[in-house]
Amino acid sequence: MFKEYDVIIIGGGITGAGTARDCAMRGLKTLLIERHDLTAGATGRNHGLLHSGARYAVTDQESAEECIRENMTLRKIARHCVEETDGLFITLPEDDLKFQDTFIQSCLKAGIRAEAIDPAEAIRLEPSVNKALTGAVRVPDGAVDPFRLTVANVFDAQLHGAEVLTYHEVVSILKEGYRVVGVEVIDNQSKEKKTLRSRLVINAGGIWGHAIAEMAGATVNMFPAKGALLIFGHRVNNMVINRCRKPADADILVPGDTICLIGTTSSRLPYDQIDDMKVTPDEVDLLLREGAKLAPELADTRILRAYAGVRPLVAADNDPSGRSISRGIVCLDHETRDGIPGFITITGGKLMTYRLMAEWATDLACKKLGVDKKCQTAEICLPGSEETKTEKKSSSQHVWLGEKAAQGRHGSRSTNIVVNDENDASLVCECEGVSVAEVNYAIETLGAKNIINLRRRTRLGMGTCQGELCACRASGLLSKANGCAKKSAEDLASFMNERWKGMFPVAWGETLAEAQFTAWIYEGVCGLDAFDKKEEA
Amino acid sequence: MSKNKIDTSFEQCMKCTVCTVYCPVVAVNPDYPGPKQAGPDGERYRLKNPLFYDETLDLCLNCKRCEVACPSNVKIGDIIQSARLKYGTHKPKLRDYILANTDVMGSLATTMAPVVNFTLGLKPVKSVMDAVLAVDHHRTFPKYAGQKFETWFKRHALKKQDTYNNKVSYFHGCYANYNHPKLAKDFVKIMNAIGYGVNLLEKEKCCGVALISNGFKDQAQKQAELNLSSIRKAVARGEKVLTTSSTCTFTMRDEYEHILGLDNADVRDSINLATKFIYELVDAGEIVLKFKEDYVKRIAYHTPCHMEKLGWALYSTSLVRMIPGVNFMMLDSQCCGIAGTYGFKKEHYQDSQKIGEGLFKQIIDSQLDMVATDCETCKWQIEMSTGVPVENPISIIADALDVEATVKANQK
Repeated sequence: MFKEYDVIIIGGGITGAGTARDCAMRGLKTLLIERHDLTAGATGRNHGLLHSGARYAVTDQESAEECIRENMTLRKIARHCVEETDGLFITLPEDDLKFQDTFIQSCLKAGIRAEAIDPAEAIRLEPSVNKALTGAVRVPDGAVDPFRLTVANVFDAQLHGAEVLTYHEVVSILKEGYRVVGVEVIDNQSKEKKTLRSRLVINAGGIWGHAIAEMAGATVNMFPAKGALLIFGHRVNNMVINRCRKPADADILVPGDTICLIGTTSSRLPYDQIDDMKVTPDEVDLLLREGAKLAPELADTRILRAYAGVRPLVAADNDPSGRSISRGIVCLDHETRDGIPGFITITGGKLMTYRLMAEWATDLACKKLGVDKKCQTAEICLPGSEETKTEKKSSSQHVWLGEKAAQGRHGSRSTNIVVNDENDASLVCECEGVSVAEVNYAIETLGAKNIINLRRRTRLGMGTCQGELCACRASGLLSKANGCAKKSAEDLASFMNERWKGMFPVAWGETLAEAQFTAWIYEGVCGLDAFDKKEEA
Repeated sequence: MSKNKIDTSFEQCMKCTVCTVYCPVVAVNPDYPGPKQAGPDGERYRLKNPLFYDETLDLCLNCKRCEVACPSNVKIGDIIQSARLKYGTHKPKLRDYILANTDVMGSLATTMAPVVNFTLGLKPVKSVMDAVLAVDHHRTFPKYAGQKFETWFKRHALKKQDTYNNKVSYFHGCYANYNHPKLAKDFVKIMNAIGYGVNLLEKEKCCGVALISNGFKDQAQKQAELNLSSIRKAVARGEKVLTTSSTCTFTMRDEYEHILGLDNADVRDSINLATKFIYELVDAGEIVLKFKEDYVKRIAYHTPCHMEKLGWALYSTSLVRMIPGVNFMMLDSQCCGIAGTYGFKKEHYQDSQKIGEGLFKQIIDSQLDMVATDCETCKWQIEMSTGVPVENPISIIADALDVEATVKANQK
């Protein structure tokens, strides 16, 4: 009566997405479940830094080695999600220049290319860098777009037969005796409950994996560590800039697409607050103060928004107090660990090592299911990153912004974005160059059902105006696709509120003026607030 | 803004899009993405990767009406011009060189003016220029004068200037020097009548506006530096530097700094349009203008784009309205479409005429004796497109001026 899967993966972040891809590629009948949208947790709330591993080289060789290996792999398999910018580790007058030698030696030992360059050369390479620097080391850092990377992994999993349920939340783990045999989920949109059965359940819930493990009767000690970041209005730097010292707060500036990001802070957070994080004024101050040391221009650059993510730090099994924290990958076989067959937890790690985490989890799953297939995720390119014959576009004299921007976002798959007429070519999001055709592609092919989905699949609403011009246009297109104007209006209101949430901690100057202007348009002209009130009453 | 820092005024953009509403090119050519996308929006992408530069930015007239419209003080026009100079991949053509080097061509042409004027007016020559140089055959080159203003000045006016206690310097520009010395002579006539002597600058080159818009940044910089050095000498003598062209004034005051990255802050306020200078003297009660009673004309003022950007149209119009016999009318402020050398180019001719359409109609419908405007290229465009004569306000004042009475009234 029930369909049975080989494996159900819980969590639509990068770990779950990568695991779904790996499982599907090895021929497992796979289902991925996510309670919100893909990348709604820590995956969508980090630096988007393609770590070279240099940051960990001095303190954690193992992590550093993993990073550089995955770094080189992602450059191949996820070309369209990666920007090969290289990075600088700069020494400022207040830092000890002697640390540079230790740093370079540790990098080289881990296999990370690291060369000391003259400060003048560093300024030439990256004109925004603090001119007071006394030393610089060049390393193969880069930028990676976590939204694009996750969507590409999920898309590929689907191409290999996997099924995906977003907005489905696990409410309990089904067990027969000690064995886990599936999950019970609630559809967060229709409130309908469903029972889903599988031979294995993989918990890839990030920080929320703590609670999921509890449902299965296992204890995984996780400690939420909050990291806040600021997004600036344009690219101040074109190379990643780090401080050459022991890792500390707000010492990484990453250029990502049209913007740049400074982060992060690091503070422990009570577990009950992980779903309601706010960036505090102190955190904003710290990020700005430290950020301006990397690139002084940041001090008077417009800040688009502030946000925070939660790192899932896992306590070592022999230390329930949580003092000995590992940043490495943790793959738990609950059958041997806790006597719960059919249940695996994959956690710890980082965005950078998601593919390796997925490989470990899938290796274990295959072993349990008796499947003898090798992992191929390090060799086969993600959809969008496949090699293509370079096509010449000679027909039109100029290539319009929407087309160039979409190529960056969807790589080789951008050829599937069909522009039939002027309407298709017109821009929905003007800041980020998202066309009607690209929105329709995201709706039809990438499963976007609301504006937040569209944002994560296209960058719509992520630019300077934070949805001011594009949100209502996108809402119109979604309304046409979904056939429900009322739902679209509610969705629009919730999207605008979500944008405001990120602007609030940095609402001064131009950001405040923009927010005010947006409020005039949406409340004053469109009457969205009136609609909202009626809905509440 | 310092020389090396990028202009980040685009961050102030509130995305209200009023710039695009006011853009004359958007209204006639759907290929142009408009100032918002070409300027602040596009700049974010160009900072990411210069490959995002779009050749349609060549369609920008550099009228700066976007900047006038912008409520957030974004230097939209400057951002677009700077992007063209920085990322543009089109190599300037021979045609662009000819159009841009107004003073080189002027020097050559004035010596052989009758021949050049005759030749440039010939139909076969026009079609050859159209085909080979892509200079649209509808255009007529402004006629070159037989004698440069500078030559006339040195022979006939220079000596007399020493007799005045008050002095101003005059930046005549290419047009008044090579094509229309009457304008420069009119200027000298008025200044002398109100008791001011006129000095020429030690050295003067074309202000460079055409070089900037045709992509010759280095040469524009060199000429700008030479002009600034001459202007500094004049200012050091305590003289204001006056011009009779809104575009030269605008270029030297604003484009030198914003586009060419030159520091002109020390002399910027001393560079002034003659009409503004004269109006302010009248307004302050320092001079009096006396006009002929028999000068009766219906005159409408056209606001050149760069005059709109300077915000100075009021000075020129107020001055013209002082003439008792003038029945004055203000034309709607809109671009005439020529934009310097833009409208001469074959690829822009159609757009150029479409942009000016509304203006031409208003002029033709208004039964005018004359149109007044502070820009020479607007003059060519309006004369060609409407047949109505166009004069600089300075020439109108000079023609209407009762010189004797004015001289007497200003003698103390």
